[in-house]
Amino acid sequence: MILNEDLAKENNKSMESYLAPLVRDIAPSGIRKFFDLVSASKDIITLGVGEPDFITPWHVREACVYSLERGYTRYTSNAGMPELREAIGKYLYDSFRVSYEPQQQILVTVGGSEAIDLALRALIVPGDEILIPEPCYVSYSPITSIGGGVPVGIETNAENGFKLTAEALEARITSKSKVLILSYPSNPTGAIMTYEDWLPIAKVVEKHDLIVISDEIYAELTYNEKHVSFASIPGMIDRTILVSGFSKAFAMTGWRMGYACGHKDIIAAMLKIHQYTVMCAPVMGQVAALEALTNGLEEKDRMVDSYNQRRRLIVQGFRDIGLDCHEPQGAFYAFPSIESTGLSSDDFAQRLLVEAKVAAVPGNVFGLGGDGFLRCSYATSVTQLNEALDRIGRFVDQLKKE
Amino acid sequence: MKELNDLKLKLLELLKEDARRSPALLSTLLGVSEDEVKTTIAELESDHVIVKYAAVVNWSKIEDEKVTALIEVQITPERGRGFEGISERIYLFPQVKSVYLMSGAYDLLVEVEGRNLRDVANFVSEKLSTIDSVLSTKTNFILKKYKQDGIILDEHEEDNRLMISP
Repeated sequence: MILNEDLAKENNKSMESYLAPLVRDIAPSGIRKFFDLVSASKDIITLGVGEPDFITPWHVREACVYSLERGYTRYTSNAGMPELREAIGKYLYDSFRVSYEPQQQILVTVGGSEAIDLALRALIVPGDEILIPEPCYVSYSPITSIGGGVPVGIETNAENGFKLTAEALEARITSKSKVLILSYPSNPTGAIMTYEDWLPIAKVVEKHDLIVISDEIYAELTYNEKHVSFASIPGMIDRTILVSGFSKAFAMTGWRMGYACGHKDIIAAMLKIHQYTVMCAPVMGQVAALEALTNGLEEKDRMVDSYNQRRRLIVQGFRDIGLDCHEPQGAFYAFPSIESTGLSSDDFAQRLLVEAKVAAVPGNVFGLGGDGFLRCSYATSVTQLNEALDRIGRFVDQLKKE
Repeated sequence: MKELNDLKLKLLELLKEDARRSPALLSTLLGVSEDEVKTTIAELESDHVIVKYAAVVNWSKIEDEKVTALIEVQITPERGRGFEGISERIYLFPQVKSVYLMSGAYDLLVEVEGRNLRDVANFVSEKLSTIDSVLSTKTNFILKKYKQDGIILDEHEEDNRLMISP
């Protein structure tokens, strides 16, 4: 007799065999695993959130609501509303001195993530090696693999502030290297790159004829120095696909609004994929994004000010607890070292969750160089941060007694 | 009027959000020394920029009886003193919570608090209306407060973000 469970097992087995190996073999994200663990827990203070704690400014939401009332509900141009692309072009020039022709060189996407995916799919020939400085945002490596590329991690470390160096980059370059994915300010380390830091990197990029995907989603969130776009380095604009979006600076994560800018040939290739897959970014999001860029810069400054205050609080807090913490200069994450406790990132994060009821993301999920660290988002209220730091302090004291 | 420096403005914003923040916390948040925070706050207090530290209370949670009215008052201004003398005469009453000089159809907006409707009515008819230079009053009772001093009274701080996200 065949039991239902046997049938189910049989079915699962056979369905899995239909999956594309490229997708089937992707390991589940470390963040996902930790998310499941956290979701099952109660009374948690979380420092694990990679998004602003602010709600999208009211004027942005209101502009969207008003546009809906007027019936703005249809497709837009595949590449995005012309006026939005104009506004993005003006903003990038005003803020970072990079100049793009809006109608040919700017593509509005469904979040920065889609833009990165499009760029990789437009560029990768199976077997191409994609260079990725790590620790980094968790998606770069899997989407490289899905696109048929081979992710090649470049380890960065706390000693030099998690900055990419020309030596480390050059050491990983082979004849198959094609694309370098940059992401500064960095999630999870908060590292930034200055103009002087970029110059030697640009030389290596030119020497080895690399294309750069520069994810600058945290560009607005820098605290002591203004963000320097890699595309603004002399000779780099045509080699760079600048990717950004509205999620972080304007507290618009759920709207999924992003964009890519670059050489018109590459943007045209990305547009081909975009128009056959998502058609266009949602019009409501585009209207909101236009409002954010046109009237939201002041509000953005207010939010950045507030992140900066909390950044000081969390870094000081970790140092008072006795955990080494390099000073993050961008994004909204602190990346303290927990090496002195003798625990791995995974063990520390899991015990912290269970014993101190604080959720933070183990550093190893962000790739090479991440073990021994913890990603703690300070995009949360001062009260919550203080409470979390108290709990972490008590937890670390307890560890010392063991 | 004095122009406040950046530190003073930021301190005021942080204290307006939560007046109970300690000098140690404020010094960390602003990246200046604790002494500087203390000195600056002392200056703001002595200059009467910070007038008082108070809690924003949602009285409806604990006290149904308390009644608040906004009273539009028309006045004959006094020669030489304009509205100053009469305003002082009004704001000294303990029932009066705030007094604003207004442009438009009336001169003063007076916020009055009482235990019940009769309390407020008595104040208006016996104290306010009987002042010589008061020409007329129009009493508007507040039925419910939704937002006060920039704070939404019934709002619970709700963080509906995922507990962990990339």
